[in-house]
Amino acid sequence: MNALVIRDLHVKINESHILHGVNFDVPSHKVTALLGRNGVGKSTTLKGILGLYSSTGSVQLNGQELIGMPTYKIAQSGVAYVPEDREIFSTLSVRENLALASRSKTNNAAFESIYELFPELKTRAIQLAGSLSGGQQQMVAIARAMLNTNEILLVDEPTKGLAPKLVTEVADALAKVAEATTMLLVEQNLALVKRIAHHVVVMDQGRVIFQGEPENLDDPSWVHQMLGVSGGHK
Amino acid sequence: MDTFILIGITGIGLGALYFLIASGLSLIYGLMGVLNFAHGSFLTVGAFVGFWIASKTGFETSMPEFILAMIVGGLAAGLFALLIEQLLITRLYDRHIDQALVTVGVALVVGAVLGGWFGNDLRMFPAPMWFLTAIDIGGAKIPADRVVYIATAVLLLVGNWALLKFTRIGLIIRAGVENRNMVNALGINVRRAFSTVFFLGGFAAGVGGVLVSVYSNGVSPLIAGTYLIYGFIVVVIGGMGSVPGSFLAAMMIGVIRQFANYYATGLGDFVVVILLAVVLLIRPQGLLGKVRA
Repeated sequence: MNALVIRDLHVKINESHILHGVNFDVPSHKVTALLGRNGVGKSTTLKGILGLYSSTGSVQLNGQELIGMPTYKIAQSGVAYVPEDREIFSTLSVRENLALASRSKTNNAAFESIYELFPELKTRAIQLAGSLSGGQQQMVAIARAMLNTNEILLVDEPTKGLAPKLVTEVADALAKVAEATTMLLVEQNLALVKRIAHHVVVMDQGRVIFQGEPENLDDPSWVHQMLGVSGGHK
Repeated sequence: MDTFILIGITGIGLGALYFLIASGLSLIYGLMGVLNFAHGSFLTVGAFVGFWIASKTGFETSMPEFILAMIVGGLAAGLFALLIEQLLITRLYDRHIDQALVTVGVALVVGAVLGGWFGNDLRMFPAPMWFLTAIDIGGAKIPADRVVYIATAVLLLVGNWALLKFTRIGLIIRAGVENRNMVNALGINVRRAFSTVFFLGGFAAGVGGVLVSVYSNGVSPLIAGTYLIYGFIVVVIGGMGSVPGSFLAAMMIGVIRQFANYYATGLGDFVVVILLAVVLLIRPQGLLGKVRA
């Protein structure tokens, strides 16, 4: 069963045609990695799904059409988003960032499970989010997306710009989150993709050029051909 | 010394009037990116409705009647602001040039309608007689109305702070000023916050309109002009989206303008423009504004 079905998704930003009819499925309770070189339209795809860019085509979440809905209603339908640059609210405290994200007034259990996953957020609850380290800000961004009951989590380059130790921490957290949620993950860190992804979609020039198993990432020539990077070590 | 105190406190009183205009302008621009040239018409509507209420009581009002006129004037201006937002601004989000044109149009229409109806001459605002008395502060005789301006601005600042700090809509507004797309992406309809901000901005401008009418010795469709310009200067110096920044800038400008006018007759406006240029050169985001990504 697919949680998300994307058909012929087009996005134009001003005069630039960024997505040229993207088609792929995101299976329920699995992690799907969206891969590709820089600038091929991965982040735009996530923003198109979320309605942050105006788009045409079809995006169905468990059979419900999302195209044409305002972003806040798409989010309320169960689409949670962890953006590329975290986009935490730097002038709000950690607690305020989380309180803002929580759509339920009685959500104590969700807060407790967040604090269990990221104990540091509890100790830094009154600290301004803008003064946190990059890794801590990423924890806030992930925690914010997990506070509500979601159908799918869209995660955009969660390890971008993080120190290696923090990459491991964030990867551990995502692996834990992935156990219980459908996830569409844009990520350049292939080790993380291989660790948590069940399904791989590769994009090039605004189109999907491959859908398949993450085992392909073990093949250096496939990685070089598809992603333009060296890699594929076992 | 008493002259120094007198000029200082009357300057703060003038700054209080600027703040009442600027607080709404600042929040509306900070949250929605709307450069609202119709804001002066909110002030005018508030002033006329306040005048209508106050004039029911004759040539002078008691303090409770004057407060009632301020509140009703503020509410009327807030509702008018909400109407403008719902009818016009909601259709023009992210179309900045169109917003500027439409809001300038609203200001012209409101001015013309009120001018055609009441005429452009000043009509004396029936204020409490107490306003004509003086309060002794450190030997300086301070006109009592200045104290009311300052108290109203401080009340509004505290109310604004409490709303932004302790309520969910305040949390949404603060987050929306920083990144409204992300607020939407969290499943929150940020446009409800837009409407709240328009109402609150209109309310503050309407209350300001009643006080400006007293300060200017009367109400007329033209009273908003200078105050709107000063409101924009306050917003730029204080920082777009920062209400405390607007308060600080309004007080600075009021005091500096009064001192400049006293010690260098007629140079008050010039000194304020120089201050604006200096702030833009040294700190373009304003005194308490944040640099936008």
